[in-house]
Amino acid sequence: MAVLLIADVTNGQLSTDAVAKALTAVAGLGEVHVLVAGQGGDAAAAEAATLTGVAKVLFAGDHGFCHTLAEPVADLVVSLAGGYSHIAAPSTSDAKNVLPRVAALLDVMVISDVTAVIDAETFERPIYAGNAIQTVKSGDRVKVMTIRTAGFDAAAAGGSAPVEALDTAASGGLSTWVEDKSAKSDRPELTSAGIVVSGGRGVGSEADFELIKKLADKLGAAVGASRAAVDSGFAPNDWQVGQTGKVVAPELYIAIGISGAIQHLAGMKDSKVIVAINKDEEAPIFQVADYGLVADLFDAVPKLTDAL
Amino acid sequence: MKVLVPVKRVIDYNVKVRVKADGSGVDLANVKMSMNPFDEIAVEQAIRLKEAGKAEEIVAVSIGVKQNQETLRTALAMGADRAILIVAAEDVHNDIEPLAVAKLLKAVVDEEQPGLVLCGKQAIDNDMNATGQMLGALLGWSQATFASEVDIDGDSAVVTREVDGGLQTIKVTMPTVITVDLRLNEPRYASLPNIMKAKKKQLDEKTPADYGVDVTPRLTVQETAEPATRAAGVKVADVAELIAKLKDEAGVL
Ligand SMILES: Cc1cc2nc3c(=O)[nH]c(=O)nc-3n(C[C@H](O)[C@H](O)[C@H](O)COP(=O)(O)OP(=O)(O)OC[C@H]3O[C@@H](n4cnc5c(N)ncnc54)[C@H](O)[C@@H]3O)c2cc1C
Ligand SMILES: Nc1ncnc2c1ncn2[C@@H]1O[C@H](COP(=O)(O)O)[C@@H](O)[C@H]1O
Repeated sequence: MAVLLIADVTNGQLSTDAVAKALTAVAGLGEVHVLVAGQGGDAAAAEAATLTGVAKVLFAGDHGFCHTLAEPVADLVVSLAGGYSHIAAPSTSDAKNVLPRVAALLDVMVISDVTAVIDAETFERPIYAGNAIQTVKSGDRVKVMTIRTAGFDAAAAGGSAPVEALDTAASGGLSTWVEDKSAKSDRPELTSAGIVVSGGRGVGSEADFELIKKLADKLGAAVGASRAAVDSGFAPNDWQVGQTGKVVAPELYIAIGISGAIQHLAGMKDSKVIVAINKDEEAPIFQVADYGLVADLFDAVPKLTDAL
Repeated sequence: MKVLVPVKRVIDYNVKVRVKADGSGVDLANVKMSMNPFDEIAVEQAIRLKEAGKAEEIVAVSIGVKQNQETLRTALAMGADRAILIVAAEDVHNDIEPLAVAKLLKAVVDEEQPGLVLCGKQAIDNDMNATGQMLGALLGWSQATFASEVDIDGDSAVVTREVDGGLQTIKVTMPTVITVDLRLNEPRYASLPNIMKAKKKQLDEKTPADYGVDVTPRLTVQETAEPATRAAGVKVADVAELIAKLKDEAGVL
């Protein structure tokens, strides 16, 4: 049977890294068709078609699918569901919004945040903020799942799958998009960056968060934050790493002024190398850190930035 | 308008989770249980709507074991008016799946006819992040997930959502299902007099059979394991040593 992989597209831009990693996760389950939805998504559809392992791209270009509004996009996916054994998407906020709705409309259970595909019916997923890993077997006729991409390698470009246009019109009336507020940044995207530098409450203020940003820029890294740093207004919400924020697994994660609560660890403990800088030598973050530096961040971070 | 708030009883977020040695699950016997933190925020939001004159009645619903009564009493003490407990399991280790929960909630909505359902964004035990969206689907209602701002005005609501790229604002038609994120509000503590008053508030007990809903799980849990642990790291003396280690030993710089 075939797999329908729902692409993450924001303002016409394909989240290439997330889609390419989800593609690797589902590649063994059958022929993969990628769905791109939303007016202006032509370029995203064309890009998805170059990922190796994609057999076909379906492009639904109706304006009503823009901004991935849950109700019309779920209806679209359900209208296509007949031919597929698996419906999957990378675990982005859009997918978490839409796929449970799809699953309920199909009367099946959604399988959230899959970290390993054992076979066509059996999957691993973290529970309790990653403090336990559950292996679940689904008895449903179609498996609807979101893929936590951090643990998968990205499928390479170089393919050339056909793009098939769908003339499905979006169901409307239940919700409308008003606006997006997103800070533009030249830094790499948090979930796909090779290095992430994160600051916590210990940083103390929005102004002092500059220290974190400077180090990140020196390293070509993305910037992350703990929930406490976001709640205190030091950093925007989309920088939050953790159980309820983003899950990252870079080559190098540097946690600065972060205590290491389990909810934070849930989002970063699969990083290759973890560095912690904290003035409290008892801070739990040191239990997961490969390299711990007990120091005042206001002293250590500028030194580190200068020395690199 | 009536507001329905589903509240789940989960392991307290401060408790260290222990996986049972035989791989059968997480040990919940004699563990401190509390209301799911997101659901406290949902209850708080409902109370604020009532205080603002936008809601008349708040009904809290919980699905699970008999002991979920405590969770519902907490919601009542915070300010919910009435509660419904659907006893769907005898053993606390028997978690009811979001699809079954959503079906039960749909049955309650059909009976109670609320204008709004305020759910948590996710339960911190199963981390599914699914129930509200599933309920929206079953009801054919609009949905607004991961809300950090909610403004209800007559037959529509403007909701700001926390999304990967930042914040997204959408307008949804009422009735609707909203799932709440952590930054929506700071939930209040119940005062002692309100805890006393809550004991007298109405709490009805039902079973899935009363609603004709089958709660048999669709996902069978084959194993629950400890996550891989990381090898112990080292402390470095200073910034120079840190850089040396990252360059020569870890090879990440
Ligand atoms: C349902 C729920 C979900 C949650 N989800 C998340 C999530 O997704 N992500 C997340 O991060 N949290 C989450 N949390 C919150 C989490 O429990 C912690 O409260 C939070 O991670 C703490 O952030 P922090 O480490 O920055 O702050 P703190 O715990 O206050 O730690 C600050 C640290 O900075 C150090 N410090 C202070 N000054 C200095 C200095 N000058 N130099 C060096 N070090 C210094 C201190 O020693 C301390 O260790 C969640 C909580 C709940 C209940
Ligand atoms: N057993 C339950 N009883 C009451 N509400 C629940 C239950 N399970 C889930 N919910 C609601 O659905 C939200 C999301 O849960 P979940 O989809 O399991 O992550 C929770 O925050 C609750 O508001």
